[in-house]
This record gives sequence, structure tokens and C-alpha cells, in this order.
Amino acid sequence: MSVLVEHYDVFLSGLWVTLQISLLSAIGALIIGTIVAVMRISPIPPLRWFGTMYVTLFRNAPLTVIMFFTAFALPVIGVTGNFLKIPGLSSIFVRLGTDLPYFRLAIIALSVYTAAFVCEAIRSGVNAVSPGQSEAGRSLGLTFAQNLRYVVLPQAWKAAIVPLGSVIIAMIKNSALAGIFGVTGDLTSEGQRMISALGQSAVPTFIGIAAGFLVLTMPLGYLLDRLEKQRAVTR
Amino acid sequence: MRIKRFAAIAAIGALALTGAACGSGGETPSGGGGGTEMNFPEGSTMARLNEAQAIKIGTKFDQPGFGLQGLDGKPAGFDVEIGKIIASELGIPEENIQWVETPSAVREEVLERGDVDIVVATYTINDARKERIDFAGPYYVAGQQIMVKADDNSITGPDSFKAGDKKVCSVQGSTPSQNILPYLKDEASQLVLFDIYDKCVDALQQGQVDAVTTDNVILLGYVAESNGAYKLVGEQFTEEPYGIGVKKGDDQFRNFINDVLEKIYADGRYEQAWKDTAGKFDPNLPEPPPVDRY
Repeated sequence: MSVLVEHYDVFLSGLWVTLQISLLSAIGALIIGTIVAVMRISPIPPLRWFGTMYVTLFRNAPLTVIMFFTAFALPVIGVTGNFLKIPGLSSIFVRLGTDLPYFRLAIIALSVYTAAFVCEAIRSGVNAVSPGQSEAGRSLGLTFAQNLRYVVLPQAWKAAIVPLGSVIIAMIKNSALAGIFGVTGDLTSEGQRMISALGQSAVPTFIGIAAGFLVLTMPLGYLLDRLEKQRAVTR
Repeated sequence: MRIKRFAAIAAIGALALTGAACGSGGETPSGGGGGTEMNFPEGSTMARLNEAQAIKIGTKFDQPGFGLQGLDGKPAGFDVEIGKIIASELGIPEENIQWVETPSAVREEVLERGDVDIVVATYTINDARKERIDFAGPYYVAGQQIMVKADDNSITGPDSFKAGDKKVCSVQGSTPSQNILPYLKDEASQLVLFDIYDKCVDALQQGQVDAVTTDNVILLGYVAESNGAYKLVGEQFTEEPYGIGVKKGDDQFRNFINDVLEKIYADGRYEQAWKDTAGKFDPNLPEPPPVDRY
């Protein structure tokens, strides 16, 4: 167990990088997922079709394949995620601003993949709202957008919290894959480096890695429980 | 008609069974062509392996020149030849060697668990690893070097990375990835790690990184395959002694392997093994390093 004490700084820096990846991908996934969910429930058929295609493609493709594609095929086309070099963000999340594209590409892959699940979670929340609500909104003369914003989504949110929480927790764990596709310094690959290049023993190191992930996911799970108790629909 | 047909089928079935029984009864169990009984001390690993007439050797499957899996599924290279020589000195025929792929990260693990008997896999000797397993050898001294695109003259050695604008790629969990760290100004913006060297070479080709760093013989394999697209720059800036990994504490086995290595340095088999494999990339015959009997 001494590896945990001697090399705690390695675990902490790995935890920080994993936190960065998870945070940025969560923001991206929530934004993209909400847009796709709205597309899927909109009254315009081409948008509905596009939303359905998006979910079918990215929910069914393995994350490893998507990350492989973004890390190796996108640079060939010339996409290196430079649009993510947002000045304010790059000063906090230093790796966004570097020349190496792999951090940005990993975030793109993770966001796009998780957005499909976020979309389905939000949609399940929308389906939980009784149809009478949106009928009442329409009879009052609200447009589709107003209906969504003032009547449906506030109620859908309560029902969607629990599936959304599971999706985000799964995404935090999926971020470990970024270490295989060019991102140095995240928790899992730092742990692997300690085992192979520095010769530390495997079991305590993996316990350290697991503890790191628990530090990230347990508070989120607890927070979601609290939110659910506060706002949940009691029938 | 039905009974006749049934009788015919039964007769054919009986004949076939008899033929099979005759065939298997006539075979003698093969001890393997070339397997020999040898005298090893009672209870030693050598005796156990010789009696079992089988050995499991861990090697790389993706290193041109040292251990590269061919289309027949078997690896070939300098490490593989050394492994075959050790097996033959143990009296085990070549076809009874079971080759196990051991990427850099798992080499200590498989020896500790006993999944393989020895590991010959571009295995650099260092003190941290000596705490978990033991090394016989070294049998080759490699050096870390840098590979760049043939038309790139801006990188002349590891010091070129100190400016902070050049990116370098290596493999996770390898000693070269550790050794390049002191030369980098900022690890987060300069170092890329993948799980195999092929991905590093792809990244170099596409311009995502400016250099690939690892042991020179591995790089020479890629340079040879590339038809002049890549070149090596600078001098070798580390010494990487390759050793043969064995289970910790098995001093008898380690001494035996060291004896075998000294034997083949003298009788020309080392030279032949090099010429047949990595010698195609690097015609200079390496100086056999003195084995370290610690």
C-alpha cells in the first residue's frame, strides 16, 4: 500500500486531468444532447429524422471505435478541434489550448457519444409528462418553443434526473479510455505508468485508481439523490 | 430395401470405426522431434521444463526485428531466436515452445503469476523491475534515439525539445517514455503516449507529432520499412540493456541462462541469430555485453 502514500501526487494530478476531461465532456454532452432531444420531439419531420439518425448512430457505435475515429481519422481530414481553444477556458484547462489535438479530440468523442444517451434520458423525461399538459399549452395558444420551455421541460426535468445522473456517471468512467488515445496524464494511464515503467505493484495502484473514480462519482450520485428527493414527482 | 440400406450403413460404420481404432492403436506417442533428455539438477526449473518438454516464452508481437508476429501467427526476430536457443539448450524442441504476447506493461505480472517461464521482449533492465523479477543477461545494449521525418532538420537530439515547441510520441509504460521526460519543457503540451509504436508512427506521418522516441533498433525497423520517409537523428542518449526476465529468486535458472548466453557469444550462434533477424536493419554486429551475475 506504500505506493498510495509515496506517489499520492501522481494520483492527484491524474485525478485533476480526469476531472477536466469529465467536466468538459459533460458540458458538451448536455448541450448537444438537449439540442438533439428537442430535435427528436419537434413537429418538423426532417429534424426528427436527423435526431433519430444521430441517436441510432452514436448510441450503437462502441466508444472505442468513436475515439479511434476522432483520434486517427479526424486529423487526416484536417479537423484538430481548434474551435475548442476558447480563450477563457484554455487558461483554466491548459490542455485545451495546446498544439496537441488529442485532448480536444477525446473530449469531442466523449461528448458526441454521451449526447446520444443524454438525449434519450431527456426524452424519457418528456414522455413522463402527461399529454394533457402539452394539450393545455397548445389550447392556450403557446407555440411549440414556448410550450417546451414553460410547460413541458420544467416537468420533464424531474423525471429525467435519475437516468441523466447514471449517464453522466458512466461517462466519467468512460473517460479512462482517453488515456489510450493520446491523452497523457489521466488517472488510469498514470496508474499504468507506475505499474510498468516504475515497477510498482499492481493491486494497491488499482485500488488508488478506483478510489479516484469514487471521489468523482460518489458526490455526483449523492447530489442526484438529494435533488430527486427535493424535486421528485410524488404520486 | 430399407433393411438392406440399414445394413449397408452399419457395415460402413463398423469398417470406419475399425480403421480409426487400428490407426490410433498403431501410433506411438511422439516425444517431439529433437527432444532430448538432459541432466539438470533435481528440482530445478531446468529439470522441470525439460521433463515437461514444453516452455512458455513471453515476447513482443509488434517489434520489427525483435519480435514481430508473422502471417503464420508465430513471432520472429532476434528475441525470438534467443528464446529458441535457450529452449534448445533445455532440450525442448522448437515446436513445443508456446509463444505468449507480452506487451511492455504486463511483463512483470506474467512472470510473477507464472503465466510464462521467461520473458525475452526488448526488456530493459532497471532497478525498479529487479524488485519484482530477476534478469539474466544483458544480451544486447540498445540506446534510446529519436526518429523524425526525413526532411525535418529542426530536431537534432533530445535537447531540441527543451524549447517547448516540438512534440514527441512514445509508448505507455516504457522506459523511453520515462527517459524523455527530463528533456521536455512541458509534458502536457509535448508528450503523446499510445499503447503501440505503430500508432506513434502514424501520428508522425500525419504531422500530429514531430518525433518518435524509443530504442534505436525498434526505430531502425520502422525506418527500414518506410522507404526513406523517416530518419534517425542525434546520438543514442541512454543505455538500455535488454535482459531475459525470470521469476524472482530463481538464481539457478538465471545462472543457467547466463551460461547459455556466454556459450553462444563464443560459438557464433549469437552472430547468426543477429544476422538472420535484426541484422537486416542494422548490419553492424552488436558487441555482446558481459552478463551481469548479481
